[in-house]
Amino acid sequence: MLTDLFRRKDDPEVVEGDRPPVVSTRALPKLLASLRTRGHTVLVDLGPVVGGNLTFFGDQLGCKIFVEDLFHDLDRHVRGGSADALPAFLASRLPQPDGSIDAVLAWDVFDYLERPAAEALAGEPVRVLKPTGVLFAIFGTDKVEVGQPFYTRRLVVDETALIHKEYPAALGKQPPWLNRDLMRMLEPLTVAEQFLLKTHTREVLFRKPAA
Amino acid sequence: MVNIGKSVVIKGELNGSEDLTIEGHVEGKIELKDHVLTIGPNGKIKAQVFAKSVIVLGDVHGNITASDKVDIRDSGSVDGDIVAPRMAIAEGAHFRGSVDMQKKQAAQAAAPAQPPRPAQQPQAAPQAAGAR
Repeated sequence: MLTDLFRRKDDPEVVEGDRPPVVSTRALPKLLASLRTRGHTVLVDLGPVVGGNLTFFGDQLGCKIFVEDLFHDLDRHVRGGSADALPAFLASRLPQPDGSIDAVLAWDVFDYLERPAAEALAGEPVRVLKPTGVLFAIFGTDKVEVGQPFYTRRLVVDETALIHKEYPAALGKQPPWLNRDLMRMLEPLTVAEQFLLKTHTREVLFRKPAA
Repeated sequence: MVNIGKSVVIKGELNGSEDLTIEGHVEGKIELKDHVLTIGPNGKIKAQVFAKSVIVLGDVHGNITASDKVDIRDSGSVDGDIVAPRMAIAEGAHFRGSVDMQKKQAAQAAAPAQPPRPAQQPQAAPQAAGAR
């Protein structure tokens, strides 16, 4: 029926065959729009290296992208038995100079961090972002999953859609963050845009105040 | 096309005016203006690389500048910064560094200041693979 077709189109988690789910994104077009007004943009991607994403952002923005892959760091610390050292490690993880970055793509890395580690990491985007620079982050709204922990590699399909591909993780997600705690943790960044999605996630764009 | 075999170790500057495949070890600097450099599965590069296109199936430690494209295949590994207008990284490939896809900058940076010389290997010394 026609109504079924519309329902399928609106459902963000429609899976076709064995393909990984394609989910909609509302924050990405806003992020791109804000970055297109700048000159040569510089991004930091805290997620795993995804060739398609580098190509996408390069085509869209002609930008420079630093790939930092914090998920690899988290696994290395947990598997090496040095998870307690994560806060100190993350507090100075990014090698970029202060105020040199237009946007940080954090994806859902904060969901995997306990409060001390998250607070330590939060200072890094605050430090490296230029005034009016943007932090793009995704936060779960559901309770913590059970079973084998996994990370999600997000492949950008276009401005409005991402493919989610899960891969094994050494540590699972922490309980969902409250908005109030996030805003405190990331001060002086402010919430520029926030979208609550049907995928039980929040996409948030934080902006650093103008100097 | 020139092929540097896996038993070859080169330390120094490598210039060329034709496509090149490296299966051996190269340390220093590689310049192939307007040509394709392929780092084969056995290739190990510790060098600054300038070429039209670079295809990586082996290991590269160093910065890569290409006027056209850098393509890291699933067996490839790059530790370094990349400047190129186009980029492809296969799933499973290793990459650590930055990618700069500003088109004008890549094209200018890939053009060497001096005119290219014919292929030469100033300090090439055939050795057993792995002997360094």
